[in-house]
Amino acid sequence: MRYEAPRRTEDAVALLAGEAGKAQVLAGGTDLLVRLRTGFIEPDLIVDLKRIPAMKAIAAEDGGWRIGAAVSGIELGEHDGVRRDWPGVVEALELIGSTQIQSRATLAGNLCNASPAADSVPAMYAAGATVRIVGPSGSRDLPVEEVPTGPGKTALARDEVVESIFLPARSGRSADAYLRFIPRTEMDIAVVGAGVSLALDGSGTCTAARVALGAVAPTVILVPEAAELLVGSRVDDATLADLAAACSAAARPIDDKRGTTAYRTRVAGVLARRAAAIARDRALEKA
Amino acid sequence: MTQLHITTRINGDTVEFLCEAEETLLDVLRDRLGLTGAKEGCGTGDCGACTVTVDGRIACSCLMLGAEAEGREIGTIEGMATTEALHPLQQKFLEHAALQCGICTPGFLVAAKALLETNPEPTEREVRYWLAGNLCRCTGYDKIVRAVMAAADDMRRV
Repeated sequence: MRYEAPRRTEDAVALLAGEAGKAQVLAGGTDLLVRLRTGFIEPDLIVDLKRIPAMKAIAAEDGGWRIGAAVSGIELGEHDGVRRDWPGVVEALELIGSTQIQSRATLAGNLCNASPAADSVPAMYAAGATVRIVGPSGSRDLPVEEVPTGPGKTALARDEVVESIFLPARSGRSADAYLRFIPRTEMDIAVVGAGVSLALDGSGTCTAARVALGAVAPTVILVPEAAELLVGSRVDDATLADLAAACSAAARPIDDKRGTTAYRTRVAGVLARRAAAIARDRALEKA
Repeated sequence: MTQLHITTRINGDTVEFLCEAEETLLDVLRDRLGLTGAKEGCGTGDCGACTVTVDGRIACSCLMLGAEAEGREIGTIEGMATTEALHPLQQKFLEHAALQCGICTPGFLVAAKALLETNPEPTEREVRYWLAGNLCRCTGYDKIVRAVMAAADDMRRV
């Protein structure tokens, strides 16, 4: 196995494109190193992204935030601007693992690991994030929900890397929230996760919303029918009850050691309702 | 296979080593540099026994390649006491009997030191969350949490 730590994204792409054997991209490594050590993968080349300055940067762009693929959970959490505009994305990434893991784990790695239970991914779906992917012929931007294609599978070609994730500009009264259910308070994998982002007008009526669920389908899923219920409402209790029903109806979970199909289906609605209420209250505070 | 030549700083000293690309930082510390304070518990980033600092932040050295240490500032348990005295955290761990078998102790100490450097007056809740990535199968955690709180108290008086 070879280890390379290029200084530019195009050099990382060239390394991936030029590798005849198996290549793996290393961001935080909190999933990759486990798979490497257990022999689950045996790459010929590892390309470490952490020496590429653009991948370690958080930059303001068009009123939103461009977050480099190698920015860690701690670095994102220390950024006041991202925390103010996208508290749900920040809290979702910060839920992953221990303090030790937080110094390494990244949004892009969580996305590309493509677990249906990834905590930051429903929050990014709800946020309407865009993923910048760089390959040999240049870069392309994909909506985040088009990146995971199945458990452990993404839309990236073998010679492509995620360079950054873009969180769009926020209007005045808008906010997001992410909740996950686990049987304890820390250090576990989501039984269900729910992310909600919404915008309110001056009267408190919802003008835009996105709702996403984790761990209830082969990939994280958007629930547009739940978001449509929020738009035009004042996010009151009756609307939230309908939203919970829509989310439970959209859930297609499996039975496994973390939860049964029936349990996950019910909890998906409960969590989405609670996350929507938190997002609403955060948006109202910004008035 | 050509080995990688890595230059890093460990506990303030410049250190050079050769390693294979797939070797973890934990393997390098223990097997190449003789720094056996960091322990391998799980090898999957769950237990924290291998905790070190990398540029001031705690990380599991089992989840990091040795090659990634190039140019970084690494801190291990071996850098905690001076030749004259134990670190206040080490002293309080002894006084509070915050260890039995000791395998987890280096990781707890490195993690707790990093906590007190960023938050000199943590609440018990903050201590417990910060140390959630360090597992101890002997003490039941209460003695460890009390020792960290007592050390924080002592260090604020100095």
